[in-house]
Amino acid sequence: MSQAILKLENIEAGYERQRVLHNVNLDVFANDFIGVIGPNGGGKTTLLKVMLGLLSPFSGKVTFLDPKTVIGYLPQVNSIDKQFPINVLDVILSGLGKRRKWWHPLPTSILKKAYALMELSGLSGMHNKAIGELSGGQMQRVFLCRAIINDPQLLILDEPNTFVDKNFEEDLYQILSELNERMAIVLVSHDIGTISSFVKTIACVNGNLHYHPANKITNEMLKSYNCPVEIISHGTIPHRVLKNHNNHD
Amino acid sequence: MTDFIDLFHYSFFQNALMAALLTSLIAGIVGAYIVARRSVFISGGITHASFGGIGLAYYLGWPPFLGAAAFAILSALGIEWGTQRMKIREDSSIAILWSLGMAIGIIAVFMTPGYTPNLMGFLFGDILTVNPADLIILAIWSLILLAGVIVFYRPVLYTAFDSEFAQVSGLPVKFIRYMTAITVAISIVLAIKVMGIILVLSLFTIPQATANLFYKDLRDIMWLSVLVAVGGSILGLVTAYFLDIPSGASIIFTLTLIYAITKCIKTILLFKS
Repeated sequence: MSQAILKLENIEAGYERQRVLHNVNLDVFANDFIGVIGPNGGGKTTLLKVMLGLLSPFSGKVTFLDPKTVIGYLPQVNSIDKQFPINVLDVILSGLGKRRKWWHPLPTSILKKAYALMELSGLSGMHNKAIGELSGGQMQRVFLCRAIINDPQLLILDEPNTFVDKNFEEDLYQILSELNERMAIVLVSHDIGTISSFVKTIACVNGNLHYHPANKITNEMLKSYNCPVEIISHGTIPHRVLKNHNNHD
Repeated sequence: MTDFIDLFHYSFFQNALMAALLTSLIAGIVGAYIVARRSVFISGGITHASFGGIGLAYYLGWPPFLGAAAFAILSALGIEWGTQRMKIREDSSIAILWSLGMAIGIIAVFMTPGYTPNLMGFLFGDILTVNPADLIILAIWSLILLAGVIVFYRPVLYTAFDSEFAQVSGLPVKFIRYMTAITVAISIVLAIKVMGIILVLSLFTIPQATANLFYKDLRDIMWLSVLVAVGGSILGLVTAYFLDIPSGASIIFTLTLIYAITKCIKTILLFKS
């Protein structure tokens, strides 16, 4: 078996004096598509921040197989200042990070790539729009373009389906499946019913992490993982609807 | 009319005009960044904290500008550091440095023997006393700032927009934050000569509000802010001369008038269409 591109070992992490993650272990392989589920406050976002290097764990090890691994990141839309004066094209280009010299003019190849990504995600002709003029769903697509323009080996998405209209949601998962052939994907969602049909494996985060090496989840399984998740069902997308449950006993 | 043309022959007025122009350039650019980052309150804190440096410089017999710059930079870095590392609420750390700076200034001025000249000039600005040395400093800083914007526009923009993402994408976010904080501090201190501590922020915010009526992109807001600031401050300066009123206050009045008129025109146009 190939080596994990990202290895989390015995991670203890949190904020100030409050520990959120306890003894978390996770291996991410090159073609993984991991759905991260769990209750609010269970540590999903904390786990992402540790992976992204935004939060240093109290203890434990985060190891990348290749220290130069490029990570694409799609944050929650809520964390963004929507009145910031920046246009769509600039947001997408910001995904290039430090890869290019800033004082050089933009090469046309990069611009072409940005426009191609916009077209792919239904944003044609919007390059000059201010970020604040977009709907929540359009903003999500812009952030997806920004996350993948640098051809990451690992794509990390925090609740990408919030605000996304149902039509695009299907497209979104289609695009993600295609991207998955080239990169590992870690996707956080509260919407377990929808994601379970698209992801390959599932990690349930509720203080600690339970890894489930398949995308079929059952009530019993969630119970044994101590993972109370609210299940929301949606119309047109194939999904499993699971009973709501409470297992704090 | 001859009065008006004569005015431009006086060297004190030529200096004032140049100072207004350069200060408007600096304030237009830096102000657009401040407003975009929603850090107007931080800038207020830096501005007022610099009064401590001015007072202390008077007491020790140093050039006031050096004292102001030192206090402004230290408070700008202090606010960044206090909120990033010490997890102090940002508005609290701003308020502490704001009032502490003013208090140090007041104590230092009180303890300085004799009359302290120009103190009013620091509070309300004194553009008519600008000398060639001030102009050279303003010109050098304008050039540095323009070069900085051309080279570092994108990383600064990306860090201001979404610093977490910028960090993940490999930009030196901390370094950029501290450098921009220092740039803002120096720019404000240089503008104090023209507008004074109490009025200076107007030049960093009102033209930007006007530009924001038309543009939603930082680059465009920057250049239009510079134009509005230049126009407003020259008009304000001339008005101040003929009405014999303080120049800083006159400039603010003009800038606000420009904003109000533009806003009205825009509203009417929107209503018609």
